[in-house]
Amino acid sequence: MSMDGDNLIEIRNLTFRRGSKVIFDDLSLAIPRGSIAAIMGPSGTGKTTLLKLIGGQLRPERGEVWVDGVNVHKLRHAELYELRKRMGMLFQHGALLTDLSVFENVAFPLREHTRLPESMIRDLVLMKLNAVGLRGARDMMPAELSGGMARRVALARAITMDPRLVMYDEPFTGQDPITLGVLVRLIRSLNDALGLTSILVSHDVAEATSIADHVYVLADGKVVASGSPEDVNGSDSPWVRQFMQGLPDGPVPFHYPAPPLAGDFLGEASGKEKSA
Amino acid sequence: MIRLLAQLGQRAQEALARLGRLHLFLVSLLPALPSGLLRPRLVVDQLFHIGVLSMQIILVSGLFVGLVLGLQGYNILTTFGSAESLGVVVALSLVRELGPVITALLFAGRAGSAITAEIGLMKSTEQLGGMEMMAVDPLKRVVAPRFIAGFISMPLLAAMFSAVGVLGGYFIGVGLLGVDPGAYWSQIESRVDFHEDIVNGVIKSLVFGAVAIWIAVFEGFDCVPTAEGVSRATTRTVVNTSLAVLGLDFIMTALMFNV
Amino acid sequence: MQDKMTRDVWVGLFVALGLAALVMLALRVSNLTSLTGDAGYQVVAQFDNIGGLKVRAPIKLAGVVVGRVESISIDAETFRAEVGLRIENRYDIFPTDTSAAIYTSGLLGEQYIALSPGAEDAVLKDGDRITLTQSSIVLENLIGQFLYNKAAEGE
Repeated sequence: MSMDGDNLIEIRNLTFRRGSKVIFDDLSLAIPRGSIAAIMGPSGTGKTTLLKLIGGQLRPERGEVWVDGVNVHKLRHAELYELRKRMGMLFQHGALLTDLSVFENVAFPLREHTRLPESMIRDLVLMKLNAVGLRGARDMMPAELSGGMARRVALARAITMDPRLVMYDEPFTGQDPITLGVLVRLIRSLNDALGLTSILVSHDVAEATSIADHVYVLADGKVVASGSPEDVNGSDSPWVRQFMQGLPDGPVPFHYPAPPLAGDFLGEASGKEKSA
Repeated sequence: MIRLLAQLGQRAQEALARLGRLHLFLVSLLPALPSGLLRPRLVVDQLFHIGVLSMQIILVSGLFVGLVLGLQGYNILTTFGSAESLGVVVALSLVRELGPVITALLFAGRAGSAITAEIGLMKSTEQLGGMEMMAVDPLKRVVAPRFIAGFISMPLLAAMFSAVGVLGGYFIGVGLLGVDPGAYWSQIESRVDFHEDIVNGVIKSLVFGAVAIWIAVFEGFDCVPTAEGVSRATTRTVVNTSLAVLGLDFIMTALMFNV
Repeated sequence: MQDKMTRDVWVGLFVALGLAALVMLALRVSNLTSLTGDAGYQVVAQFDNIGGLKVRAPIKLAGVVVGRVESISIDAETFRAEVGLRIENRYDIFPTDTSAAIYTSGLLGEQYIALSPGAEDAVLKDGDRITLTQSSIVLENLIGQFLYNKAAEGE
């Protein structure tokens, strides 16, 4: 069984459980080459888990994950590591190595995987830093960086080895508007300039839909909506509409299930004495 | 009452599970060790953090233990009229037991807990996961250099402890209490056997070194990646290493020094 | 960030100090200096009773250590203990009728072999046997002897 050549990633009938909770239930989706795919859904739907499954850090209970023509979980250790060299991942908080400077962090994959001379490493690193606009910050330490800057450095590091796929885990969460604008622009321009395929995991609807070519909305371990951003926005499903438009109440209720209001405030349970 | 038993049972189960993971960890670590040797830069960095920065506490402690041994030893030996044997008492106590054991305990407290905290922190800030996704095996890059450095450092530190302790005993005994200096050293040379005492002491410190660094590295790697998890892991490192060292010391002493 | 050079110097110093401590322990705090050197030549002797003699116990002449006990075993034919003595090569001076006795250091100390030279011209060589031996003094035999003598006196 192989893949459709247009797709970089194919997920087929993926089932994954954590403890007794089902995270993914017979999930299937495909991500075409060169596109930006946004995977969205409420917190806790396992979006980060999906990235870890794609990267081979977790094994599915059932189903397959195919990346660039190979079945990820059938690879041996060495082959999996080879595959990972073609992937870049941007963790939610950057995950920079705290004992190395910005320059050294971006140079890290080059130093570990190649035997390039120092001058070449320097040029490559500065080029990548320049692409994210942080060439001047090369000697700073991760502790000195703001959250947004740390993520940009992590992005530079993720593209150092010129991967085919970059995965972004909640890149927009908690960022100020300017940084948001920078990140959004970077993700799109890098994807196009370097011919990457990008997977964007996020629940920031506005930002994600502004640059995504394709949107998947996940809930309860299944795909509840998929298509271009316009398609999903104009979806018929009330649930999808509530999510995309950020409505406080709808199919996902505002109130967590609780006994009737009167019972808590007026009844015996409230401890108030019945008036004589 | 039942709940207490249930809790005990659960604790025991967790402890057993951790023991199992500890050994499985070693099995996956051993193949990664040779690549640590291929990166001497990383090992040297760790030798600095583990060895050099432990030197201070080891040397000072060794000196004080030697001084105390000298004092107490002299006290007891004069009642038997054999104060000239002070050197032997100090040297044998240190080389056979106190050197390897106390060094290991101090090592666990200073270097072991630091390593656990460092690796635990790397785990909870996703640096280890990040490395994995960059196709760099954290066992090879982070754990192996620390393991090798710890293993090398321990016998060196234990030797320093014993040497300084013997000198400390000399200062107190000869300098302060009037033991004959010639007697101090000559008694030592005639009674301390290279094979039986020195070599066995070095073997002990090698074993303790391996155990201490193994536990330290494992606890960091295995911890729950939260602040509380890391702090619990560092406590476990110190406690478990100490227990393991003392237990192994008993076994090895029984094997090596059969009367 | 520490200078790499300084760091390397410290590590080098650490390793050097550690090795120096090991060397000091080996040379000054142990009997290594007397262990190294020549391999020595081997001589055997049989004893009725070796008492508490152990392998690596010293062999002394006039109180000076000239070698170490190498092996202790049983001779199945004579039912005596066969002791292998390794004597340092520079002491190839023992006449063939040298005797070996097992003495105790001090009152309660470790046991050692004391050699008393004889009068022959030929000297012991590797593989020779010392025939004149005196076993260690066993306390029970001594007491038994004392009581026997006392009893004999009384008659």
